Formats: sequence, C-alpha cells, structure tokens
Amino acid sequence: MPNFTIKNANLYYSDFQALKDINLNINDKNITTFIGPSGCGKSSFLRCLNRMNDLVDGARVTGKFLLGNDETDIYKISDVSELRKRVGMVFQKPNPFPMTIYDNITYGAKMHGIKDKKKLDDIVEKSLRDVAIWEEVKDRLKKSALGLSGGQQQRLCIARTIAIEPEVLLMDEPTSALDPISTIKIEDLVGNLKKDYTIVMVTHNMQQASRLGGHTAFFLNGEIIEYSKTSLLFSNPKEKQTEDYITGRFG
Amino acid sequence: MNNRKLKNTLSYIKIYFGIGISVTILFSILILVLINGIQNLSFEFVFSLDAPRGFSLMPMLATTTVIVVLTLLISVPLGISSAIYLNEYASSKSKLVKIVRSSIETLSGIPSIIYGLFGFLFYVIVLGWSWSIRAGIFTVAIMILPIIIRATEEALKAVPMSYRMGSYALGAGKFYTIRKVVLPAAINGILASIILSIGRLIGETAALLLTAGTLLDMPVNLQSSAATLSVFMYTITIEQGDMNRAYATAIVLMALVLSLNLLANFIAKRLKRD
Ligand SMILES: Nc1ncnc2c1ncn2[C@@H]1O[C@H](COP(=O)(O)OP(=O)(O)O)[C@@H](O)[C@H]1O
Ligand SMILES: [Mg+2]
Repeated sequence: MPNFTIKNANLYYSDFQALKDINLNINDKNITTFIGPSGCGKSSFLRCLNRMNDLVDGARVTGKFLLGNDETDIYKISDVSELRKRVGMVFQKPNPFPMTIYDNITYGAKMHGIKDKKKLDDIVEKSLRDVAIWEEVKDRLKKSALGLSGGQQQRLCIARTIAIEPEVLLMDEPTSALDPISTIKIEDLVGNLKKDYTIVMVTHNMQQASRLGGHTAFFLNGEIIEYSKTSLLFSNPKEKQTEDYITGRFG
Repeated sequence: MNNRKLKNTLSYIKIYFGIGISVTILFSILILVLINGIQNLSFEFVFSLDAPRGFSLMPMLATTTVIVVLTLLISVPLGISSAIYLNEYASSKSKLVKIVRSSIETLSGIPSIIYGLFGFLFYVIVLGWSWSIRAGIFTVAIMILPIIIRATEEALKAVPMSYRMGSYALGAGKFYTIRKVVLPAAINGILASIILSIGRLIGETAALLLTAGTLLDMPVNLQSSAATLSVFMYTITIEQGDMNRAYATAIVLMALVLSLNLLANFIAKRLKRD
C-alpha cells in the first residue's frame, strides 16, 4: 500500500530543471532509499516531500504529491505546519538546537500545542527510548544537547522528529557526517523504525542501501532511472546505467 | 635558516613593542587620572544631596541613568526588530533593503557632534523643546540605533542556517523559529551590542551638550535641562577650569564603565552556561 504517491513531478530552480517527470510510489511502513551520484537531485526530491523547497527562492514544483490513505495533495495544504507534522525530516549534519536535550525533544510537541508537563515527560522518555539513547542521557536531560557526540546528536535529532509522531520520516544522508560505529548504530535504529514509520532515506553508500532493504530508486540527472526492490536492484539491475553505477563504473 | 630566525625574532620584537606602547599609554592615563582625582574624591562629592551646585555628582548620576535607561528603552526594541526584519524577513536582493543597509552603515560612522547639531536644530529649535532631557534622549537614541542594528544583524547572521531548517522541518513558522531558536542563539551578541551602546551613551558629550544642555541641577522632569557626568566634566573643565573635580568625576565615570563591562561578562557567562 503506498503512503506517498508522486505523479509527474518536476522541480525547477529558476530556469534550471532539477527533477524531470518523477513518478514513484513510496510504500507504507517500509524503507525506500535513494541512490545516485551527487547533484542528481536526491536531496531536492526529498525536500519536495515536506515542501522545504518552498523556502528556496525561485524553486517551483509541479505534479501531484499524494500523502497517506486520504491521498492529501500536499501542495494544496494551506498550512505547511500540518504537512511537516506528518512528514518529518532528519538532516545530513546533526543539527540539535542550542538548548537542553529535554527542550530539543519537546520543541515540536510544545509548538503543536502540548503543554501538560507529564505528557511532555512521557514524550521525552519514549522518543529517547525509541532511538536507543535513553540510558545514555536520562541523567542529563537538562544539559545542553551540544555536549553530545555526533552520533548521539543525530539520534537526538531523529528522536526530536519522531516525538511529534509523523507518518513519514525523510532522512538525507543521515550518517554521512558520522564515524563508522555511529553509522552502524543509526542503521540499526533505522532498521527498527521502519516497522512504525514510512522511511525515505538518501544514501551515498550502496552497502548501506542494500543492508537496509526495502525499495531503492536510482537517480541520475534529475530522473529516476530504475526503481525496484532493493535486493533486485542490486542483484539484477534492468538498466545499463544502474548497472554501471552500482558496479562503480561512475559516480 | 638563520635569516628566517632573525626575521621571526624581529617581528616578535615589533609586536611586543607595539603592545608595550599601547599598554603603557593606557596605564599612564589611568594612573594620571587616579593620582589627580583621588584626593578630590569623597563620599560627599559623589553622593551628597544638598551640596552646592556642581559639588555633588548626584544630579549628574541621576541624569546619566535616566538618559541611558530611556534611550535604551527606545533604541533596543527598535534596533532589534529592525535587525530581525533586515536579516530574517527582507529579501537580500531588494533595492530598498540595500539602501537601508548602506544608510545604517553611513549613520554609524557619523561623528556625534553632527547628531548633536541635528538634535539642536530639530528638537530644541524646530519643535521648541529647548534644552531638555527629552531632546537629548531622542538625539542619542538615533545615534545608537545603527550600532544596535548592525551588531544584532551580525549576531543573527552567526546563527547557523541549520537551526532554522531544523525548526521549519518540525512545522514551526518563521516567527516561532525566530523567537524560540534564533534569538536565544544570538542573545550574547545582542547583549554585547547593548553594552557597547551603554558605554557610548555614558561617554557621550557633544550630542548631549547641544540638546540636553549643561544645567547641573537634579532634573525634575524630562523637560528639564540636565548634564550627564561626561557633559559635567566638559563644562567644569572648559567653563570653570576646575581640573580637580573633573579628575574626580573621571574616576567615577571609569568605575561605572568598568563595572558595566564586568556585569556584561557575568551575564554573558551565565547565558552561555545554560
Ligand atoms: N537551492 C538551490 N538552488 C539552485 N540549485 C540548486 C539548489 N539546490 C540544489 N540545486 C541544484 O540541483 C541539482 C540537484 O542537487 P541536489 O538535490 O542537492 O542533489 P543530490 O542531493 O543528489 O546531491 C544540482 O545541480 C544542484 O546544483
Ligand atoms: Mg544531497
């Protein structure tokens, strides 16, 4: 069952067309990874899914982006806040706010109107447990989040995003700024989260994509060249360009 | 090899020489003021309420405080909101913004006597406010506005874009993001700009001399003409030739500025710790 249906999507940055006629069904409660050489439009496409491109001067999106069972056209939602509550995003570089761990996690919940202290406490504990960092930080919830290691910060950012219970989790190369051990931990975490969330993740790392499973889309020059089950895409690519890319002949 | 070592040593000597000169000058000034002022400094001279005109600093301390506080009440909110508008809302390509920016830059470089002249012509003469605390306040408020705007803008620019993006991605709007993430992250820089302005206000003479006047009495309201500490120093030196009281006043002035800096450091440290 698709959670996100994208039909004939195009993205322009002023005169430059960054995405060309993208059609994609993103499956519910599963993981979809995007691979492809740098500059092929993976991040741009991800930003279409929570309308972060609205913030880019001169960016223009066409096509249909239908979210969830109700097939909401996300570009018809008047309040983007509503959309971003349903579609969360984790960035390439961990970007915790310069405030306490507790305040980082409750930032979204408070903004969306939750005031009850007990409820907020519960959200903090649950989110931090979900990202397997609770035991490490439970004694310093009131300390600055900037004191955490890079890997911990990234998990905090994931916790901050799932604290508002989104349906979809967008992740743009969430491990590319991390050391190998933190990378493995985040991968494990993402593997667990895909039971509860629809995860869309950009990755530079093909081993990572194949370890995570699910579906994979191969992007090239703003187009999706091939989209299939991850195992299939890596073992038996249909397109010559996909094969060239995964065998390392370019990119 | 030897040549390079020699060059290195030479440049070190130059640097230390430079530092030495600046420090020596600074301390000579301090010591000169202290030596000359300390014998004239008394509890009476600073705090007495019934000393003859010009023999107690109390009226000037009150005037200085009133002018500093009220000026900040005008300039700080105005300056911070202008900086927020320029840095967070206005498109950097807009022609108007470019003009505003370069005006601010120019204004911050104008000598204070020009502001004083403007204040004198506009408030004192045209509006007929005569020499008064309010004419002084409205003059120096304009004078420190560019300082606050520029420093606040610098502080806002230093806040990483990724903080804003993280906030938007959670569904926050622009205003909420500024209030909850951007401003708290920039607070140290903003505070520094306020302290800088206070220093500027306490030390200001020309702009206030021409607008708030030189009356040495305790001000009764904002229509009163009244002198700040700096203006007082100027008048007793120039008009009465009394260097003794000027030096004593200078000590008070320096103590005031020093404690303000300490206070600022303290607040900045407190904020950093949280
Ligand atoms: N904000 C932007 N303005 C203009 N062009 C952009 C912007 N962001 C990305 N691009 C261009 O769009 C193309 C795709 O970029 P991106 O989506 O970042 O690729 P990827 O994430 O696959 O490396 C690139 O050519 C890039 O230069
Ligand atoms: Mg990218």
